[in-house]
Amino acid sequence: MQSASTDIAARAIGIIDQLKGKEGPLLPILHELQDEFGYVPQETLPLIATALNISRAEVHGVFTFYHDFRDHPAGRHVLKLCRAEACQSMGGAALADRARQLLGVDWHGTTPDGAVTLEPVYCLGLCACAPSAMLDGEVIGRLNADTLEEIATEVRL
Amino acid sequence: MTVTFYVPRDSGALALGAEKVARKFQAEIESRNLDARIVRNGSRGLYWLEPMVEVETPNGRVAYGPVKASDVAALLDNGIAEGRVHPLWLGLTDQMPFLAKQTRLTFARCGITDPVSLEDYRAHDGLRGLENALKLTPAEIVAQVTESGLRGRGGAGFPTGIKWKTVLDTKGEQKYIVCNADEGDSGTFADRMIMEGDPFVLIEGMAIAGIAVGATRGYIYTRSEYPHAIAVMNEALDVARKAGVLGASVLGSSYAFDIEVRVGAGAYVCGEETALLESLEGRRGIVRAKPPLPAHKGLFGRPTVINNVISLASVPVILDRGAVFYKDFGMGRSRGTIPLQIAGNVKHAGLYETAFGLTLGEIVDDIGGGTATGRPVKAVQVGGPLGAYFPRALFDTPFDYEAFAAKDGLIGHAGLVVFDDSVDMLKMARFALEFCAVESCGKCTPCRIGSTRGVEVVDRISANIEPEKQIEVLTDLCNTMKFGSLCALGGFTPYPVMSALTHFPEDFRPAPSTHFAAVAAE
Repeated sequence: MQSASTDIAARAIGIIDQLKGKEGPLLPILHELQDEFGYVPQETLPLIATALNISRAEVHGVFTFYHDFRDHPAGRHVLKLCRAEACQSMGGAALADRARQLLGVDWHGTTPDGAVTLEPVYCLGLCACAPSAMLDGEVIGRLNADTLEEIATEVRL
Repeated sequence: MTVTFYVPRDSGALALGAEKVARKFQAEIESRNLDARIVRNGSRGLYWLEPMVEVETPNGRVAYGPVKASDVAALLDNGIAEGRVHPLWLGLTDQMPFLAKQTRLTFARCGITDPVSLEDYRAHDGLRGLENALKLTPAEIVAQVTESGLRGRGGAGFPTGIKWKTVLDTKGEQKYIVCNADEGDSGTFADRMIMEGDPFVLIEGMAIAGIAVGATRGYIYTRSEYPHAIAVMNEALDVARKAGVLGASVLGSSYAFDIEVRVGAGAYVCGEETALLESLEGRRGIVRAKPPLPAHKGLFGRPTVINNVISLASVPVILDRGAVFYKDFGMGRSRGTIPLQIAGNVKHAGLYETAFGLTLGEIVDDIGGGTATGRPVKAVQVGGPLGAYFPRALFDTPFDYEAFAAKDGLIGHAGLVVFDDSVDMLKMARFALEFCAVESCGKCTPCRIGSTRGVEVVDRISANIEPEKQIEVLTDLCNTMKFGSLCALGGFTPYPVMSALTHFPEDFRPAPSTHFAAVAAE
């Protein structure tokens, strides 16, 4: 039987091999790894470095630069709340405070039961139906306190 | 005869429940055994009415909205298929005042066609620009774009034709067309709407650009926050490849051109063109010093056209109707049309494409209808997080690159965020600096350090610690950031900060009661 880490390595190498022929393959590879595992396992970074013939430091530098990539799994659900100006103009800041209170976590935090991770996002392009949010990739417009409470309950079921 | 219903798949409509509405229509059509079909169009841009459902009638399309899934059965009972009157009835779509008064050139098809149907696209004048371009020499295409007066719609306003000519005149075995679809500015959504509502117009514009400058490869760099735009764009690219619009022979010509979508990873600074190129190459999104210009040494060091979505999507109509036709719209050196994105606390939020020249007041009060909350408008931020806050006193400013610059503002990507009188402008100034601190790529000191120090200074002002002295420091700091930063992130953050300070000084001074208390204590 394979151990978990060799399994991760095997799956990662499959992804890397498939994408390394692209021009500028590093971001597509990191995205694909995150899609596959839900995060970018740190043991895959040296594998990427070897395949692309760049240094580990370079891969680490890129991985840490971008807000999207995580080095550990998120909660079962990910709630992204827009904090940008258009959403603020419609009461977004108060909703953001309420969300942190309801879930008992700060930005980037995951509830202790692993149910949900709260992330800030700076604009979902839904500025004409602010305040907006995204729950597991589903867009939500004109968010209000009631909907937020429903979401907070739903994600913990 | 088959009835056609239109239920948008635009993410703004989806965010307001369009998916449920579409599913309900489908279920009702099946259970009632109706001869009907559903087209998932883009949005017409009237977001206060989304999900806005339309039905094709002999007199034209009739609109209903905002429609909830629970309204669908009643709408069908009431004769929506014939366009009958109902409380949600809005009349003929084309005659709705918000749409009838627009000049839709770039957004001519958005919300009308099925975004992934090439037949629909052709039936609505699509591909005519590309067909015309194939009859011209590259230099003639570039001349048309230059003649049209089109300027970069991403914010910088650089003449598109001149950029293209530089790439055309630069020798290189491989050249690239890069579409900047990293629309991170709050209050803007025009790029998203085009990608979701009329992706072929962007594909056509990029193909024309490729032929004009001798590039065979194109990239659309967009945001991970836009999953629906990515999906529609990829669907459309597949269709375009199968139909021979893209590939080894563009529409049967000797030109080859293909496009790939690339997705960013949540870094605002990658909307800056050189940071975007770094990111596309697989590196940290760190801004490059210019020169060399991307036109000379861009993606992978090769000659590269990098244009915003709206700039590229405006090219097909120029090649179709002619440079003179396009240039006739607008004012001064701002030619053609601009898709205004009216957002935030505003009654009629949405996309409004019109010739340059409307005043800010006309846009916010007349078209936007004032605030959604019904309170007075206090400020309007124009041009995204790096744009200035305008007070009512400047509502006579015409929407034009130069006119806004003359008032220490910028039109940017033409997004407008409206705020009512409950906004605290000191908080907004603080937010602008905080955002800059979070998103700074870190390469240049004024941006990296200045933004953090700026937050601290604003915090001292709000704590009433020597406010006059702090305001002086803040002004000086903004000056350093404006002139010393490498790119627009650090360079333009002073716009929201200084405009808030200049136009709303009362929010930066202690309230009179505290002030008197302080005096009394002395």
